[in-house]
Amino acid sequence: MNIGHRNHPTWWAFALHRISGVVLALFLPVHFQVLALALDGEAVLDGALKWSDQPLVKLAEAGLIFLLAAHLTGGIRLLALEFLPWRNWQKTLVAGSMGLSLGAGLLFLVNAF
Amino acid sequence: MHKEHPWNTFKEPFILNPMPKMLAVKIWRGGEDGRFQSYDVPRLENQTVLDVVTYVQRKLDPGLSYRFACRVGMCGSCAMTVNGTPRWTCRTHVSRVAEDGQLQIAPLRNLPVIKDLTVDMRDFFDKLAKAGGAFQATKTRTDDFAKIPPSDPRRHHADAGIECIGCAVCYAACDVVAWKPGYLGPAALNRAWTLVNDARDGMGDKRLSMVAGDDGCLACHSQQGCQEHCPMGLSPTAAIAGLKRAVSVAALKSKL
Repeated sequence: MNIGHRNHPTWWAFALHRISGVVLALFLPVHFQVLALALDGEAVLDGALKWSDQPLVKLAEAGLIFLLAAHLTGGIRLLALEFLPWRNWQKTLVAGSMGLSLGAGLLFLVNAF
Repeated sequence: MHKEHPWNTFKEPFILNPMPKMLAVKIWRGGEDGRFQSYDVPRLENQTVLDVVTYVQRKLDPGLSYRFACRVGMCGSCAMTVNGTPRWTCRTHVSRVAEDGQLQIAPLRNLPVIKDLTVDMRDFFDKLAKAGGAFQATKTRTDDFAKIPPSDPRRHHADAGIECIGCAVCYAACDVVAWKPGYLGPAALNRAWTLVNDARDGMGDKRLSMVAGDDGCLACHSQQGCQEHCPMGLSPTAAIAGLKRAVSVAALKSKL
């Protein structure tokens, strides 16, 4: 596949927005499933929460936080692009949303350990 | 007799990347099911990609088909895919794109290939008409000039997009066109936006209806490949965003 015409920040921002959306949509049923464990009793839910304390799971959760932040900031960026007066610094907005998302992921990671 | 300075030990000027003597050029030959053919073209110091294609046709392979006219970036007819990226070839210097002396030249993407480097531009131009790209006059030549102050914001919007040369580089760079062949594309929507902002034009909300459909401005994913690659430095993304706002306002007022 030739990606020469796609190799620029705003295209990668588009790709990240799509991929994060799909991954978060796949994660959502798992999230609800874990919450639903509470209906089976305190011990079952606590078991699941204890399982999620493992370092690798925490790392994956940091990834999820990053994707969530990327999808959120990317969505705000698109809404601003479409509904606010045009700004020529679109790549700066992409960089800003990436910075915020990475920051959010790192903040979670720092607090997790 | 001239005496060499003892410290000067260089025999030749030091050049980090010496220019190769020949370019290895691959050019698309045939129609949609064609293939790349290799040519060796002498590398010149001041050489555009169009110069390379012209050399191949005049010296190596007279059967090669390609389009050009003005050679100075005004007519918009020489756009091709150069090393995977759509570009105007007449103003693309080889030194900017030929990494390691390699050039791959293909026809523009998203348009049917007629032969070699020529594509069928009919879809592209038909879509300009479908997007309401024709100016609809409200006055005649006997009327006075329209007086539009230079500070008028709508005039600024129109000015920003008016220099389009119709080269279809944006159309070839757009993934939405590739995924949704009916999509009007960046150039047509940019044209519509300049006319939406033209105080002399009389088409009004009808043009907004023309660009508000499934194939219109709302299909744009804001990937911004159009403005990334536009050789004139225009921003069709800005124009499409403007149309999206105008269409939204018109829809809220039930004018579509």
